[in-house]
Amino acid sequence: MTSETYVVAFEGAPGDPRVLDFAIQQAKKDDDSLLLVHILEWSPYSFLTQEELAERHGRRKKELERANAIVMAPALAKAEAAGVPATGVIRYGQVVELILEETRKAGASKIYVGRSGSQSVAARVFGSVTLGIAQLSPVPTVIVP
Amino acid sequence: MFHKTFLLAVAATLAASAARAQDAPQGIDAAINAAVGAATGPFVSFIFSPFPGTSFPWIVLWLVVAATVFTLYFGFVQFRSFPHSIALVSGKYSDPDDAGEVSHFQALATALSGTVGLGNIAGVAVAVSIGGPGATFWMILAGLMGMASKFTECTLGVKYRNEYPDGSVSGGPMYYLSKGMAERGFSGLGKGLAILFSIFCVLGALGGGNMFQANQAHAQISNIVGDYPGWITGVVFAAIVFAVIVGGLKSIARVTEKVVPFMGVLYVGTALVIILMNVDQIGWAFGQIFSGAFTGLGIAGGLVGALIQGFKRAAFSNEAGVGSAAIAHSAVRTKEPITEGYVSLLEPFIDTVVICTMTALVIVITGVLQIDPDTGMYIWDAEQGRVATVGDVSGVALTSAAFGSAVSFFPYVLALAVILFAFSTMISWSYYGLKAWTYMFGEGRAQELSFKIIFCIFVVIGAAMNLGPVIDFSDAAIFAMALVNIIGLYFLMPVVKAEMTSYQNRLKTGEIKRFA
Repeated sequence: MTSETYVVAFEGAPGDPRVLDFAIQQAKKDDDSLLLVHILEWSPYSFLTQEELAERHGRRKKELERANAIVMAPALAKAEAAGVPATGVIRYGQVVELILEETRKAGASKIYVGRSGSQSVAARVFGSVTLGIAQLSPVPTVIVP
Repeated sequence: MFHKTFLLAVAATLAASAARAQDAPQGIDAAINAAVGAATGPFVSFIFSPFPGTSFPWIVLWLVVAATVFTLYFGFVQFRSFPHSIALVSGKYSDPDDAGEVSHFQALATALSGTVGLGNIAGVAVAVSIGGPGATFWMILAGLMGMASKFTECTLGVKYRNEYPDGSVSGGPMYYLSKGMAERGFSGLGKGLAILFSIFCVLGALGGGNMFQANQAHAQISNIVGDYPGWITGVVFAAIVFAVIVGGLKSIARVTEKVVPFMGVLYVGTALVIILMNVDQIGWAFGQIFSGAFTGLGIAGGLVGALIQGFKRAAFSNEAGVGSAAIAHSAVRTKEPITEGYVSLLEPFIDTVVICTMTALVIVITGVLQIDPDTGMYIWDAEQGRVATVGDVSGVALTSAAFGSAVSFFPYVLALAVILFAFSTMISWSYYGLKAWTYMFGEGRAQELSFKIIFCIFVVIGAAMNLGPVIDFSDAAIFAMALVNIIGLYFLMPVVKAEMTSYQNRLKTGEIKRFA
């Protein structure tokens, strides 16, 4: 019987399968379910060119289709193949904020997040997604190396 | 087939003219100036001909009356709904599930980057030097009234836009004139107005959206590095514009879109610092603006002169009633077209009431307009047809001198800002012009390419011409768009009223949800 839900902050980057594999392994052991959350970074206050504005709706549709086909569908299939019940959410917005929002909404008890974040200067100065989740999460966070 | 042949022939003729001009380097600027000045003269004269029995250009009256009618018809919507507009822009009514779509803020910011620019820097200087400080008063008034015009046209822009299967959208007066007027039983008239608007929009894109920008960018560069032929700036600018709009170098456009808002903030911030440095003179400056609005303070045109300049430059700067903003705002994703109307009314406020007023205050406060110490009146330079200025400068150079008198290095920052503003406006207007062009000639690579080539050729022509003919043609082309657009707005304003009433009722009952 499924007792708890774990959130997997899933970036879909090459290093991410480790976090997914680990989360699947843990969920299987405890007979729990997974909620895979994939966020497409987006700010409604960014600046776009006139052409980008006109094409935005079409692009968003394509981005969602692509994220679903390349990132979410294979990940869900992997969980299903392992016998772990899993659902997926793809959203646009600020990554940390939305992962925590989905965690609260699902009443999840744990967050799994990969360490493989950005090594950019901005990430070093302002903190990465991993650190952001670890600092602000209302539930225990497992950082998978 | 006819379209393609015609378009390519036009492009080839213009290219050949430019090539002939290049063959004879001596007096290229003068030759272009004479040829284009003569060709555009009758059009300019028609647009700015005075109202019978007065010296008031009928087209300015056309805009003022329209803004007044919309203000009254919508019950002073620009003042009553101002707080709601702010709430919409800040995303308080945006459904989080729609994240990733064009937000109200993005539509407003992009539309603003097309309007905030040289009109706020050079245009205000022209208005204040010809119409005196009093022109500022009329400019503010025109900005406030123009908010209602913008509200009307942008609501219609979203309501009647075309949405294509690939998710892209095309909107603007061409579409609401044809589709909206057909709905009201004026199909033939609507189609005619849509075509006429498209013709004027292409001219506006080539004039105010291109030649004026190239011209003032050249003036600014030569102000810094010394005088040199304008066609050189034109060719460089044309090459960059070509790389972006034809070559698809979107990275340049993206960088510009990100730098321009920063430059805008820097410009307003510096103006604010200069104004605050002279805080004791703010009262005096506003006194000059108010008394100049009604007495002229020595300006040759007096009250009427100040009023005409104020209204003209405000319309040229915020483009309310012109129809261009409706093209920009129509890309927003909203179930309620009226919401974009509310958002768009902030545009003339930011552009004219805030930024133009700041430029005018800096010009007045820094004393670059010469005052006769004995009479306290401005010294009128009859030969130049404007107030005598320190250093005998006008246009963007006057604003530069005003800012430079307070912050010595600022002319260099301003030069960069002008170049970036000019470039950003050109890119925006190349899009508006292209939309009008493809509305007339159909979508297709040949059609798009021919317009883009013509657009680039006009960059060279604009940079090479003197300020006078460029400003005249730019103004005339932009105002001609308003001529057609406003006819359509009168026919379609009941549609906007119905949208507004329905939205307001649903807002009151809570059917329209606030998300934050």
